[in-house]
Amino acid sequence: MKANKPELIVDGKRLDGRGFGDLRSIKITANVLDNADGSAYIEWGGNKILAAVYGPKEVFPKHFADPTKARVKCRYSMAPFSSLEEHGRSGPNRRAIEISKVTTNVFENVIMLSEFPGSEIDVFIEVLQGDGGTRAAGITAASVALANAGIHMKDLVYAVSAGKIGEDIVIDLNKIEDNYSDCDMPMAIAPRNNDVLLLQMDGGLSKEDLKKAVSMVIEAGKKISSVQKEALKKVYTGIAEKYESNGV
Amino acid sequence: MDAIDVIKTKYVRELLANGKREDGRSINDFRSIRIANDIVSSAEGSAQVDLGSTRVLVGVKLEIDTPMEDNPEEGNLTVSSELLPLASADYEPGPPSPEAIELARVVDRGIRAGSCVDMKSLFIEEGKAWFVYADIYVLNYDGNLIDASTMAVMSALMHTRVPKYEDGKIIREESSGKLKIDNIVTSATFGKIDGHLLLDTTKNEENAADARLTIATDDNYVRAMQKGLSGSLSTNDVIELAGLAFEKHKEIKGYLKE
Repeated sequence: MKANKPELIVDGKRLDGRGFGDLRSIKITANVLDNADGSAYIEWGGNKILAAVYGPKEVFPKHFADPTKARVKCRYSMAPFSSLEEHGRSGPNRRAIEISKVTTNVFENVIMLSEFPGSEIDVFIEVLQGDGGTRAAGITAASVALANAGIHMKDLVYAVSAGKIGEDIVIDLNKIEDNYSDCDMPMAIAPRNNDVLLLQMDGGLSKEDLKKAVSMVIEAGKKISSVQKEALKKVYTGIAEKYESNGV
Repeated sequence: MDAIDVIKTKYVRELLANGKREDGRSINDFRSIRIANDIVSSAEGSAQVDLGSTRVLVGVKLEIDTPMEDNPEEGNLTVSSELLPLASADYEPGPPSPEAIELARVVDRGIRAGSCVDMKSLFIEEGKAWFVYADIYVLNYDGNLIDASTMAVMSALMHTRVPKYEDGKIIREESSGKLKIDNIVTSATFGKIDGHLLLDTTKNEENAADARLTIATDDNYVRAMQKGLSGSLSTNDVIELAGLAFEKHKEIKGYLKE
């Protein structure tokens, strides 16, 4: 526990006025980068994150090619100017390497890998501005980017953190809550069957706390999923409207 | 995976379909656990853990450094790991792989979140505190490095002596007492193979596994969790395994004696 801990919950409200189960505002725009095969930009509370997908494409280096399925490569990275603290060092640190690994596991699960044998699908998550929960927001955006790239998936994954402040279980910790909370538990879920694809946690949770946190994640996920779907619909209804207005 | 690994993976799956494991264990048993302490005398603390034929050695060294700005009166703990090329035909020399980084970070998270080391006791004087470095050396890989390493780091810390500090010098030959340990955290890692959940998977079982879940606990709380591999778990799996991890904590704690 760090010194100078601020009062994170006053009269049942969190510092930014949210209730325990409330998400921050989430805005997703799909198809934002011209060069990428699929992309998405997410503003989740104070987080600003870009996700881009390249592929299926040739595997590099070639000997990593798997003749039975596609290879997924995810890279999570935070810009050196993305945090309120000092200038970050460029290149992936140990935290980023771990997040890239668990994120890769998430998308290996949902992408229909055997449809693209011998190829590679790259997923890039760039955190431009971080305010807590960047890996969850990044995964949520990357899902949309993959769908936007037309890559066949079993499900549209979302991710969000649950946490514990004092004795209360809350959803979607922002940076200051994350710094001083008693627990942080990011999860990524494939919503069709509520399959858990990413689960990390540190802090302290009793078994009862854990049950509650998991159910709050599932509940919050409904909202996140609908924002993801809206973002995708907007891209394609936009295209349809463009052609209709041209009289095609 | 080599061809032989593919065959062994198939064997593991076939056995499981008949409710069996390759070494005859039941699904929620650890392999035999042996812990030896103080085996590297140049380190301030050390432990070797044999979990079946998985073997890890942990050495702890203490250095003096400037405390972090946000905790000016506390020391720090850093856990690192090396998957040594001598531990497995699959390990290559070079910079730490994502697997090695994940291993160190997951072990670190459990022990840190459980406040196992009294960081305040590491404070020496303004601008000076002991920094504890625990290095995980994997000597032989046969699955479940996370649990073996958590045990080894915990045990090594429990047997760490703080060097004497006098007139601005570290005197490693003499000790000012034992490192202050406030809590004991252990972990239980489960593999999911064809829907079966197994504790303490061997190398062959790990090769066959679809998903993996590590749960580090102390007596009352889950302290850290990490899901691995690309398979999925149900929310019920997670909650059920957390209950089991608490049971296993009681068991492993018995092996960690000061």
